[in-house]
Amino acid sequence: MHDAPSAKELIEAVKSFLDKTAMVQLQGHAAFHARVASNALATVLREMEQRPAAEARERDRLQALLKSDEADVGKLNRKLCEEIRTKRVDLSTPGLLTHLKSTTIDQLSVDQPGYSGLRTAAR
Amino acid sequence: MGTANDIEKGLSDWAREHYGAAAAIAGLRRLSGGASQETWAFEIEAGEKSEPLILRRAPGGTAAARSSEAITLAIEAALLEATDKAGVRVPGVRHVSPPGSALGEAFVMKRVAGETLGRKILRDAEFETARARLTQQCGEALARIHSVPLTGLPKLPTSLGRNQIDKYEAVYREFDLPRPVFELAFAWLKDNEPEPADPVLVHGDFRLGNLIVDENGLAAVLDWELAHIGDPREDIAWLCVNSWRFGQTENRVGGFGQLDELLDAYAAAGGARYRPADIDWWEIMGSLKWGVMCMTMYGAFKTGADPSVERAAIGRRVSENEIDLINLFEGLGRHA
Repeated sequence: MHDAPSAKELIEAVKSFLDKTAMVQLQGHAAFHARVASNALATVLREMEQRPAAEARERDRLQALLKSDEADVGKLNRKLCEEIRTKRVDLSTPGLLTHLKSTTIDQLSVDQPGYSGLRTAAR
Repeated sequence: MGTANDIEKGLSDWAREHYGAAAAIAGLRRLSGGASQETWAFEIEAGEKSEPLILRRAPGGTAAARSSEAITLAIEAALLEATDKAGVRVPGVRHVSPPGSALGEAFVMKRVAGETLGRKILRDAEFETARARLTQQCGEALARIHSVPLTGLPKLPTSLGRNQIDKYEAVYREFDLPRPVFELAFAWLKDNEPEPADPVLVHGDFRLGNLIVDENGLAAVLDWELAHIGDPREDIAWLCVNSWRFGQTENRVGGFGQLDELLDAYAAAGGARYRPADIDWWEIMGSLKWGVMCMTMYGAFKTGADPSVERAAIGRRVSENEIDLINLFEGLGRHA
């Protein structure tokens, strides 16, 4: 498969069209949705760049926390949820809050990097 | 039924009956089109006088589209009257129109001048005096809402802390999208549930966005759709949830004030004496609740009920509530 333009370039082109051409010609609800659409594409671009490394770190932490060699992050998170729900893991478990904080900071850095709570967490 | 012409005619007939044969309706315009509620602005002109009013109306004049937990318009109007009597600043009710009438299920209330947008209230220079007064005024308003005698009220749903854990946990489990931070919050809330307070009238959505603020501060409390019988700490904590601080995180109360001052004003106005630590449980409940509600809004996209990009994108705001919960958990550690 070829890669010219790449997925990243295509998304950048669509985002640029929304920002520079579409949005200025739209009004009211449609203009609002165009801005949301542009923000959604910015999220996708950040995710393409940041997710692989962030997810690898999340996997390492989950494997250590759960003493598991499972490679699937989704399955590891299900397992962690089960451990919390059945009270085998709670706020007093060493490493739990640190892990959840790191994961959520990475997630927000993709989803909403300007969110106020992210600054609070960094303090 | 339901066109602007039908509404204008219904309002005109009512205006002539109550304000005299010369009374007329002017400037009828739709302000918002929520799924559960229509809001229209208009003026009544009678001779020299003109009064700005708001019409709140069920879509198409019937209540079929309203969600199960939102109260009916007739109950909302009754609550405005009951809280008005208790000294809460609310828009005065001018008319209640029953289902099946020409206007449909609706009520007319006074249009209070002022601003509702949180970011403007927190940032603009014209609200500087208002911001200095707002914490005290909100404490007083909440104490008065919570003092309304329950015996005179229409039937409202009851929802205490445990009911809310169960309700939002059921919604969360239904999605089958495991989120360890939410899982931890549900477990912590169950393990640390405080003794329930004596049930009071709870507004249910008391925060910037639902308050009209003018240059003197709080001018009116709006949006009573989620009112219920519950724990007074729910309202106090909801005003503190970081989602409603609009970026001004250092001010725990709504982005404008400190909790000590709010609690002092609340107690001085006749409310119970709470300490900031009494509010933590309910603030965690509030952040979790808003996170699950954001998941529900994304759910409307996922099922195809509302395929808009806005509903899709809101699913990527759930992590905001996750970081708020983590910050709250870290705060508990520091206070303990």
